[in-house]
Amino acid sequence: MTATEHPFAHLSENQLAELAREFDAIHDQVRADLGERDRRYIKGVIRLHRQIAVAGRALLLGSRSKVAWTAGTGCLAIAKILENMEIGHNVLHGQWDWMNDPCIHSSTWDWDTASTAAAWKHSHNYIHHTYTNIRGKDKDLGYEIMRIDPHQKWHPAYLAQPLYNLLLMAFFEWGVAVHDMDVEAIRAGEKPMKDVWHDIKGISGKARDQILKDYVGWPLVSALAATAVGRLVHREPRSRARVLADRARGRRRKGAVRARLAAARAEGAGTFAATFWADFTANIIRNLWAHSIIFCGHFPDQTYTFSQDEVRDETRGGWYVRQLVGAANITGSPLFHLLSGNLGYQVEHHLFPDMPSSRYAEIASQVREICRRYGLPYNTGPLSKQLGTVHRTILRLAFPGGKVRPKPGPYRGDELERAA
Amino acid sequence: MAEVGMRPPASPLRRRALRALRWLFTPLRPDDYLELINPLWSTRELRGRVERVEPERGGAATVLIRPGFDWVGHRPGQYVRLGVVIDGVHHWRAYSLTSSPDRADGLISVTPKRVDGGVVSPFLVDRVHPGEVVRLGEVEGSFTLPDRLDRGLLFVTAGSGITPVMSMLRHLAPGPGLRDVVHVHSAREADGVTFGDELAALDEQHQGFRLELRITGEDGRFTPADLDTLCPDWRERETYACGPGELLDALQSHWKRHGDAGRLHHERFQPIVGGEDAEGSGGTVRFAHRNLDADCPPGTPILVAGENAGVDMPFGCRVGVCHTCVLPIREGRIRDLRTNAVSEKHNEIVRTCVHGAEGRVTVEL
Repeated sequence: MTATEHPFAHLSENQLAELAREFDAIHDQVRADLGERDRRYIKGVIRLHRQIAVAGRALLLGSRSKVAWTAGTGCLAIAKILENMEIGHNVLHGQWDWMNDPCIHSSTWDWDTASTAAAWKHSHNYIHHTYTNIRGKDKDLGYEIMRIDPHQKWHPAYLAQPLYNLLLMAFFEWGVAVHDMDVEAIRAGEKPMKDVWHDIKGISGKARDQILKDYVGWPLVSALAATAVGRLVHREPRSRARVLADRARGRRRKGAVRARLAAARAEGAGTFAATFWADFTANIIRNLWAHSIIFCGHFPDQTYTFSQDEVRDETRGGWYVRQLVGAANITGSPLFHLLSGNLGYQVEHHLFPDMPSSRYAEIASQVREICRRYGLPYNTGPLSKQLGTVHRTILRLAFPGGKVRPKPGPYRGDELERAA
Repeated sequence: MAEVGMRPPASPLRRRALRALRWLFTPLRPDDYLELINPLWSTRELRGRVERVEPERGGAATVLIRPGFDWVGHRPGQYVRLGVVIDGVHHWRAYSLTSSPDRADGLISVTPKRVDGGVVSPFLVDRVHPGEVVRLGEVEGSFTLPDRLDRGLLFVTAGSGITPVMSMLRHLAPGPGLRDVVHVHSAREADGVTFGDELAALDEQHQGFRLELRITGEDGRFTPADLDTLCPDWRERETYACGPGELLDALQSHWKRHGDAGRLHHERFQPIVGGEDAEGSGGTVRFAHRNLDADCPPGTPILVAGENAGVDMPFGCRVGVCHTCVLPIREGRIRDLRTNAVSEKHNEIVRTCVHGAEGRVTVEL
C-alpha cells in the first residue's frame, strides 16, 4: 500500500507553506472581486427556482392529464434540485453572507429537505469540512452505515450495503437528516439526551411540514381545482325556459345532481392521487440526483483517505492538500454544474467552502496550475466514470478484504487543458 | 444575522391570509413568491421605491421614496434606517427624514450630503436612479417638537444638521407653527446652502419666521455668545440644535452656564469615528476563531479593524443605532468612540461599529 500513501510526502514544510499562501491568495482575490455580478447570479438562480416551482405546481393542478403530470413532475424535481444543491447547500455554507442580505444568509436560511439547517451546518460545514476524509473523524466517510474505504473493518452487516444503498438513494434526504443526528455518538452515549431530543424535535417538525406540503396540501389544492373546473366545464346545457318549467312543476332532478357530484368526487380523488404521486416522484428524482452527485464527491477511486496519525500537527498547507486530494470533481456542461450545485467542482469547494459556487469554474484553472507545479493530483472525470467507481466500491467492500485502488498520480496539465 | 428592514404595516387580514397559506410554501413563504411579481409586496421587511432624486446645493441630494405600504408616519426630526444595495452588498445608514409627515402624495425623503470617501452617501447623491428598491428600517429618534407650542422656537443648525429641522419647518409652515421662530443656520459658502432657497422663501412668506444665515467662510464661525445679538431672548425659547459635535458641545455648556439646559434639545450626527485627533492609544483586536490579530489604531472601530484584516464582520448602520454588528468581547478594554469613555469588558456584547480597542481586546465571532 506504500504506493498510495501520502500523495504529498514529496513536499517540504516550506513548500506546503508556500502552497498555502498561493491558495489563500486565490481566496482573497475572489473575495475582493465579489460584487453586483455575483449578486445578480444568485438572485437569478433563486428567481429561476421559484418560477420553475410555480410552473410545476400549476401544471400539477391538471395532474390527471399525462402530459401535465410529466411536465409538472419534471419542473418540480428540477426546482427541488436547484433549491437543495445550488441554493440551499451553498447559502448554508455562508457563501453569500458577504452580501449582508437578510433574506439570503446562512443564519436565516432554511431548505426544502428533511435536515434542519442548524443540524446540517454542524455535521456538514463543521465536522465534514474540517475533518474531511480522516478515518474515524469524518462521519461522511460511508455515513456510518457503509464500508466505503478498505481501511474500515468489515462486519457482516455490510453484506447488505448494496441493498440499503438503493434505499438510501431513493430516500436520501431522510438518511441525511438521521445522519446529522450522529447515531454513532448516541449509541456510544457521547451525546447528551437533551441534544438528541432537540434534534428529534427539529427533524419531526421538518418532516411534518414536508409531508403536509407535498402529500396533503398540494394534492388537495389540485383536487379542489380539478373539481371546480369539472363543475364549470361539464355543466349540462339547459335552456332557461326548461329550468323554469322544471321548477314550476316542482321537479328536482335529484338523480342528475347526485351523478354530477359523484363524478366531481371521483375527479377530485383521482387528481389528489395523481398530484400525490407526482410530488413523491419529484422527491425521489431529487434524492437520486443528490445522492449521485454527493457520493461522487469523495468516494471515487481517485480520492485519498487519511489516518488520524497522518494529520497530527497538520499545517494550513497540509489542510489544503488534504482537501485537494480527498475530493473529486465531475466534468460537465454549465447546465450540469448548475444542477449539481457546482459540486462538480468538489475540489474547489473543499478548498474554499465559503466561496460563492459560481466562482469555482473561474478558479479551477488556477487550482490545476498549482497541482501541476507541486506535483499533486487533480481528481476529476465524467459522471459515468465517477459514479461507476463509487458503486463498484460499494459492491466490492460489502465483502471482506479489498485494496486501496490505484491512484492517477500527479496532475500533468494534459487532457483537461487541451479540452479547454 | 444581517440587518433587516422594519415590519411593514400590512393589514391584519393580509397577514392572516399569508400565514394560513404558509404551510403550502414551507420553508419559503408566500411572500417569497409574491415578491417575484413586485418586491414591494413583501411583508417580511418594508421596502420602498425611489421615485425621484433632486440635487440640492452643497453636494447633497433629496431622495424621494415611495414606501411599499402606507407610510407608518414619523415625527418631524426623527430618522430612518435606510438600506441600499451597492455593488452587491447591503449597506445601512441612518438618515434624518426631511419630508413633512403630512405629505399628501405619501412620499418620504432623506437628504444625504456626499461624504468624500464614503460608500452610501456618494451612491445616493450620484448613482441612485428612480425605480431602485431600497429597504426601510424603524423610525427612531427623540429629537422632536413639543406636543404644544406655547413658547417661541430657536433652531441652531450647521451644514447637514439642517436635515431634521427641515422636516420640522415643513411640518410647521402650513399651520400657525411659524409665528415665533428664529433659525440660526451656518454654512460654509453662500451658494452651497442646502435648502437655501426654501429657507429664504419661508423667511419671506412668514412674518414670524426669521432666518439668520451665517456664511462661515466669510463671517467666521458661529459661537453661542453670538446669540445675544442674533436672538436676545434665546433663554426663553425652546431650542433645537443639530450640527457638528463641537457646535453641540459649545451650545450645551453655554446653556448649562447661562440658560436652562432643559430647553436645549440636540441631535448628534456622525458619531465621530476615526480622524487624526482621535483620543486613546488604540490597540489590537484578537479574533479567537481565526487565530488572528488585527491592528486597531486610535479612533478605529473594532468593526473596521476586523474588516481591514479580512474578517467577515457583521455590520449594519455603522453609527451605533441598529445593533447588527454586536459581538461578544471576551476580555479587554474598549473605548466608546462617541463619548471617549473607556471601559473594561469581560464576556460582554458590544457594538463593534462605535467602539475601538484600548490595548489588547479579544473578540468572539
